[in-house]
Amino acid sequence: MADAIARTGALEGRFLNDEGITLVRAEPATRLLLRAPETALKPLSKALGLDLPQRPKASVSGGKRAALWLGPDEWLVIDENGGDLMEDCASVSAFHSAVDVSHRNTAVLVSGPRVEAVLNAGCPQDLSLDVFPVGACSRTVFGKAEVILWRTERDAFRVECWRSFSDYVFMLLEAASRDR
Amino acid sequence: MLLIHCPYCEEGRPELEFRHAGEAHIARPENMAELSDEDFERFFFIRSNPKGIVYERWRHIHGCARFFNAARDTVSDRFLTTYKAGEPKPDLDGEGK
Ligand SMILES: [Zn+2]
Repeated sequence: MADAIARTGALEGRFLNDEGITLVRAEPATRLLLRAPETALKPLSKALGLDLPQRPKASVSGGKRAALWLGPDEWLVIDENGGDLMEDCASVSAFHSAVDVSHRNTAVLVSGPRVEAVLNAGCPQDLSLDVFPVGACSRTVFGKAEVILWRTERDAFRVECWRSFSDYVFMLLEAASRDR
Repeated sequence: MLLIHCPYCEEGRPELEFRHAGEAHIARPENMAELSDEDFERFFFIRSNPKGIVYERWRHIHGCARFFNAARDTVSDRFLTTYKAGEPKPDLDGEGK
């Protein structure tokens, strides 16, 4: 008789709540890495139901779907309602590249009054509110891992990383959280 | 930490997000197969490497991922300016001194 195979998601069961900081694993989401020239932005925005932002560090979100500017022709689109982003883009005939990275990435939700200091333990970017306001996003580094930061509230960030780096990212966040 | 101004992100960002990508403004020969060994060597291996201002390609690899160009002083390690790929070489005093 074959043993049942248990499927364990990245960061399953991981959680930390320390003074002024909380680390929670984000719920599974659909994710798309989108690359497109300016001519494709209108039809893609229409198909996704979001105006793809064109300014550095800008994001747009509506409902449970968001698009994060990563570069002049690159976006990360996240849908937390299980929406089929690939299907939405498939109707667009304008030249573009859409890659489903739903399972490549995972995310940690970091929140609390100490969130800037905890992230700055591994990220050298200026995360003060006037330079990195609510809604700002950026690809950057956290220790030795590449991450995408997205400030969802004054004291809350979503930290997207590759799932193979997620143990490292979570442990570094834990260490930073306990260091005060 | 050195801050490097990315012309695509339009702000200074920590050096850890960047990667150096060699000398800038080296035109790739169109008649590669016809080059003599000496000319190929000059194109492929020989770099100006001056003491002073150098023009370099950089990539904002852990940011917007774009290649761009920078003028940097090899003596002070100071970035004098950065500009988008494809833009002309800026005129700066002291080049190649
Ligand atoms: Zn950049």
